Amino acid sequence: MTGISPAVVAASKLGLTFQTNDGPVQALSNVDLTIGKGEFVSFIGPSGCGKTTLLRVIADLEKPTSGTISVNGMTAEQAREKRAYGYVFQAAALFPWRTIERNVALPLEIMGLSRAEQAERIKRTLDLVNLSGFEKKYPWQLSGGMQQRASIARALAFDADLLLMDEPFGALDEIVRDHLNEQLLQLWARTNKTICFVTHSIPEAVYLSTRIVVMSPRPGRVSDIIESTLPKERPLDIRETPEFLAIAARVRDGLRAGHSYDD
Amino acid sequence: MNWLKPSWQALLAIVLCVIAIALGAMSKPEAAALADPTASISYPYLGTKGLMLGLAIVAALISMIRIPSLVEAIVLFVGAHLVAWLLISGIAGFEGTALAPYFLLLTAAWLLGWRCVAVLSGLRPMASTARNALRLIIPAIFGAWILIIWEAVTRGAGIPFILLPPPSAIGARIAGSLPVLGADVRQTIFKAVIFGYVVGSGAGFITAILADRVPFLRRGLLPIGNMVSALPIIGVAPIMVMWFGFDWQSKAAVVIIMTFFPMLVNTVAGLAASGHMERDLMRTYASGYWPTLIKLRLPAAAPFIFNALKINSTLALIGAIVAEFFGTPVVGMGFRISTEVGRMNIDMVWAEIAVAALAGSVFYGVVALVERAVTFWHPSVRGG
Repeated sequence: MTGISPAVVAASKLGLTFQTNDGPVQALSNVDLTIGKGEFVSFIGPSGCGKTTLLRVIADLEKPTSGTISVNGMTAEQAREKRAYGYVFQAAALFPWRTIERNVALPLEIMGLSRAEQAERIKRTLDLVNLSGFEKKYPWQLSGGMQQRASIARALAFDADLLLMDEPFGALDEIVRDHLNEQLLQLWARTNKTICFVTHSIPEAVYLSTRIVVMSPRPGRVSDIIESTLPKERPLDIRETPEFLAIAARVRDGLRAGHSYDD
Repeated sequence: MNWLKPSWQALLAIVLCVIAIALGAMSKPEAAALADPTASISYPYLGTKGLMLGLAIVAALISMIRIPSLVEAIVLFVGAHLVAWLLISGIAGFEGTALAPYFLLLTAAWLLGWRCVAVLSGLRPMASTARNALRLIIPAIFGAWILIIWEAVTRGAGIPFILLPPPSAIGARIAGSLPVLGADVRQTIFKAVIFGYVVGSGAGFITAILADRVPFLRRGLLPIGNMVSALPIIGVAPIMVMWFGFDWQSKAAVVIIMTFFPMLVNTVAGLAASGHMERDLMRTYASGYWPTLIKLRLPAAAPFIFNALKINSTLALIGAIVAEFFGTPVVGMGFRISTEVGRMNIDMVWAEIAVAALAGSVFYGVVALVERAVTFWHPSVRGG
């Protein structure tokens, strides 16, 4: 320990090759990345660039074939066993046989928390995502946006400092998406969590992030890392400011550079 | 003409009644009496013939007036069933003498009953109690007409008792042999079927979990299991009787063999039914094998497991009854069927069949009700 708080996520020379019937596919190659505490990092890139794979490696849902990855100073597997992160998937993945509150309680039950502690945390996290009053509803009785909010509440319920989100709003319409983006920023400001966020939308990435990791495919690699100069306080109309548009233009250039050999 | 609302069933019923009137005699004694007016021959429908024809025609006519559907259904119901009752009760003592008008009138009454069910099916009541009542009444009328036609045809045409007894005779036999039927149900259903069903389904379920947990069982047991499930039950039953004796234990063994594999195969399929995303989610919670099984995979497998339970509820009954053909103590539904058919007591055979059908339906119905309560969340239950 050097006294400096260790990185939440540290990857070095990370590589992952899938063996498929058509031969090996290099999903990740030579990824170096350090994410500090309290950062909001977006991963953006065309499909097949390995952004979801990278998130899954951090979550220990995939094993890297080369290089090293550490989460909270531990290996990814140890971090997963210690429940170091909450993961939000592309779809809500709520269990239809459980009410919203029992869905949020799912990780708490597995962790063996007491009933009283469970009830307290369910109330707090459902408040956080504005779903109070829907505790007794079943997922199929709610709209898509509410379902995704419930799944965020479930990821928040066990209070991990790291939140991994894999295109959580990809299937929602623009209006709901704007609304949830705003809520997510407020939540991040209130809880001071570290968030890794996969997206394929440039405005979403620029609006949310403190840092944007641009990735490119074949092989999946990091092609650019852009620091955001936007203030922490971000109303929705910040997206019309020149500063915002300049960052968006840089991200677009980065994406185009990654594609250049296709032309 | 907007006060008129013709239906083909009612029109055809009137046409059939008119033909019946034109043909005259409804039975052979009546024809003989008409041919020889001086002789005093007693014949059926002496006073009720006009009443029956009139009832059918009037009910058909009223049903075609533009009146509320419920009133129309009641008129048709009363007309059709009154005619059927008069027809069946009038033939008593003259079985086998019916002529064409008898069957024409029966058909006319049946058409009115059909129209009645069609009108009831079209009703869309607001109250849920009325909707539930309709859900019972419509199949009840439907089933009643199967029995009415069966009764009227067997008695009117004088079908030999040995070929097909009328339902009233079967009903009388059931009422008269309740102790025997009760003993048979106790032996076959409460001992062999229930025990075999619970043990067979339970063993299939546990084996599926084991095969899921232990890879070598999955690779080795399941293919062999599929082969054994193709074993002909008729071949297995005598061997089970040799192994486990004449009493219910050997029948339970047959039921176990029959119910084991549907449950095994369905549970294995069900355990694979949970989605990748849900399983990844459980992995992110560092959830072990058993919590994942109990909280995710078994609930997701519930529709498959209940499918097996429903299949098994009918298989178990078939297995136990067939197994009793190969040797039993002197009690049991299969034993009764095989001995009474040899003694030409066909009504007793039908009585056993009726009891078996009733027991099987109740069994299936209970499993289906439990399924609705447990898998309320499944799209097939909650409706989309």
